[in-house]
Amino acid sequence: MTDPGMPQGPGALEGLRVVELCDELGMFAGKLLADMGAEVVKVEPPEGDRTRTYAPFVDDEPGPERSLYFWHYNTSKAGVTLDLGEAEGREQLRALIDRADILLQSGEAGADLDYEALRETNAGLIMVTLSPFGRGMPREDEASTDLTILAGGGPAWNCGYDDHSLPPVRGGGNQGYHTASHFAVMSALVALLYRDESGRGQHIDVNAHAAANVTTEAGTYTWLVAQETVQRQTGRHAGVNPSMPSQVECADGRYVNTGIPPRRPEAFGAVCEWLRTAGLAEEFLEFPLLEEGMRRERFDMSMLQQDEELMAIFGAGRAAMNFLAERLTAYEFFTGGQQRGFQIGIIYSPEEVLEDPHFIERGFPVEVEHPELERTVTYPGAPYQLLGSPWRIRRRAPLLGEDNERVFAELSGDAE
Amino acid sequence: MAQALSHLRICDFTGQLAGAGATRFLAAFGAQVIRIEDPVNQGRWDILRGMPPYVDERRGVEFGGPFNNHNVEKLGVTLNLRTDRGKELLRQLVAVSDVVAENFSAGVMERWGFGYEELQAIREDIIYVSNCGFGHRGPYRDFKTWGPIVQAVSGLTFSSGLPDQPPAGWGYSYMDHTGAYYMAIAILMALRHRNRTGEGQWVDLGCTEAGASLTGPAMLDYTVNGRPLRRQGSPNSNRSQFPAMAPHGIYPSQEEDTWVALSCRDERDWEAFGEVTGEAWTQEGRFSDLRGRLVGEDALDELVAGWTRTRGNFEVAALLQGAGIPATAVQRPQERIDQDPNTEAWGLWPTVQHRDMGDVRVDGLPVHFSETDWTMERGGPCLGEHNEEVFGGLLGLSADEIASLTEEGVL
Repeated sequence: MTDPGMPQGPGALEGLRVVELCDELGMFAGKLLADMGAEVVKVEPPEGDRTRTYAPFVDDEPGPERSLYFWHYNTSKAGVTLDLGEAEGREQLRALIDRADILLQSGEAGADLDYEALRETNAGLIMVTLSPFGRGMPREDEASTDLTILAGGGPAWNCGYDDHSLPPVRGGGNQGYHTASHFAVMSALVALLYRDESGRGQHIDVNAHAAANVTTEAGTYTWLVAQETVQRQTGRHAGVNPSMPSQVECADGRYVNTGIPPRRPEAFGAVCEWLRTAGLAEEFLEFPLLEEGMRRERFDMSMLQQDEELMAIFGAGRAAMNFLAERLTAYEFFTGGQQRGFQIGIIYSPEEVLEDPHFIERGFPVEVEHPELERTVTYPGAPYQLLGSPWRIRRRAPLLGEDNERVFAELSGDAE
Repeated sequence: MAQALSHLRICDFTGQLAGAGATRFLAAFGAQVIRIEDPVNQGRWDILRGMPPYVDERRGVEFGGPFNNHNVEKLGVTLNLRTDRGKELLRQLVAVSDVVAENFSAGVMERWGFGYEELQAIREDIIYVSNCGFGHRGPYRDFKTWGPIVQAVSGLTFSSGLPDQPPAGWGYSYMDHTGAYYMAIAILMALRHRNRTGEGQWVDLGCTEAGASLTGPAMLDYTVNGRPLRRQGSPNSNRSQFPAMAPHGIYPSQEEDTWVALSCRDERDWEAFGEVTGEAWTQEGRFSDLRGRLVGEDALDELVAGWTRTRGNFEVAALLQGAGIPATAVQRPQERIDQDPNTEAWGLWPTVQHRDMGDVRVDGLPVHFSETDWTMERGGPCLGEHNEEVFGGLLGLSADEIASLTEEGVL
């Protein structure tokens, strides 16, 4: 299943016991821990987690074991079902939490769990609660989705198009949930390292709206520092002042980000060489300006406004990059430019990443067995490569109640 | 309050946000983060040192607003690694550090003689975390990136946009933030592994991989169902991809360039939406179930926009929230930072003291700990601000030695 060149061995979180009682806000945090070796027990109601009803489905046929959403967010976890409406279910949950290092909670299930009560029987417990607005906060009762978290929390204001009659855009992929989950994991690990030193557990409150607020870069600090408001622009950083366009549609219809145009004599030399190699030097009418840029010893940027030729040279440099982009495929432009030192990027759709040679060579696409469907499915792989204690999908997402027998037997074993 | 990570020391070569954001998080919990900067180029490994916004008219490497924001609670020292004495001092610093963190291009640390093997020779259990766009191994190891390039190649730029338009992308470096989060997670996990096994390790973090891991359901829809996100009419990221919901989007409100976001998660939300708006079209049979609303989503969006356009965005949000429907104004920076009771109550914008800039508000953290909460009081370090504390207090150099090393251009 694993390429021979990929790092082997136990994950960094081997032996860590986690109980997850999370809706979609926090279940990614459980995956991040589980794929690094933690024993994450996901607790679902007897009828199954709500996200099992989320599209997309295998062959577009709904079913509790067919949600690709559920599959992605629950890799490497064990799955148990408990009826928390019944005393027995609550007792078993308590027994699970009593032997856990970390409890992750978001959403309705487990919202009534009280940390102070839980620590009476598990003093080292680290409990992480994720919620849209933080517990006890003024807006805590507001309903939310990923869209409203990103729209109210700042990111959407920064994203969209130069044409402001088009709405701001929420970036895709439920990134508001992801950001909250990232902070949940960072925080749980900080608390774990503290517990390694002190023996003490604690409760952590994660606020998704606040997480979005502090994940908007200049949108935030431009206001904090200078009380200025950034404005959205097509495919580039929102800014107080407009910047030059940086996306070009290539010959194959895919877009590229053309990055920062040539600004040094060597960069002009590289563009000249690139145009010649591509057989486009004759066709690019401002080629002599590029050669002039290459010949100059250095550019005095402070004189830019006075130096009309330099302005023309810079304009030609930008035009040359756009000219190349329009005549090459996106992949030719990306690799050709990067090999010549330009920080440019192909704008891949997610599935295209899985077919890129760099990602393949690094082992990013991974194969996961789904024996009951007699399928092997390609999943996105490691977000980081801990070479001494690697990331790995241990198993596909649990079937409903798949681990009840084993986990509950272990619990009764603990009790004896 | 106790500090969770006060037992840890990080030898920090990070810069920008993709790296500096990681050690910032750890510093806020008490880790001693020592930023190493180059005295020769005045710390301009990190271009944010002198970048806007500025608090006033003053300019230069001590006045970059982003640098201050991303480096709160860190110590700053200068060290000229072109000199043998500078390298020797770095070796001494590594020997007493738990982690070496950097986000240079691949190969920079190796060229200085401080690749993982050399670091390990100095301290057997060192944790070395390198963070760059494509990682240190693989065909693109020499390719260069910054946030927007990482987002482009990892599929995130494409995933953000409206139909029949070019990609909208992210209007900021989402993957600088998020790359930093992954870097922090990796550092913490590696420390946990060391606590258990006594072993250090190298973490090879490629930000494009971290970014690509954030589009999972779309990838699986392709690998399982053969349905690419690149297809006619896709993506429309203001709509809900997974799970299906409608209406779900960002709609215009009364004033120019003001917007409201709303989601009807289920039939209850939709019925409540009908009651709140009182619009006859909400009762039409074609919209009576989710399937109908998805099939007719373009028409539905027009009708919803016709209603939202008659009111202010905060008013629409309040009306819908009153009925339990997820809704919010698309908040501008001023609205969410200075006027949102929730960010205020959370204490999300702490004020730090920077030696030269004075008091400046910065990004706080979206978490609170019951026992060892974060603190942010000290601003980003000025160049060499903590040379005495680190080279004197930590490494034991005398004041005379520090003065002569400064004179010689080593510090």
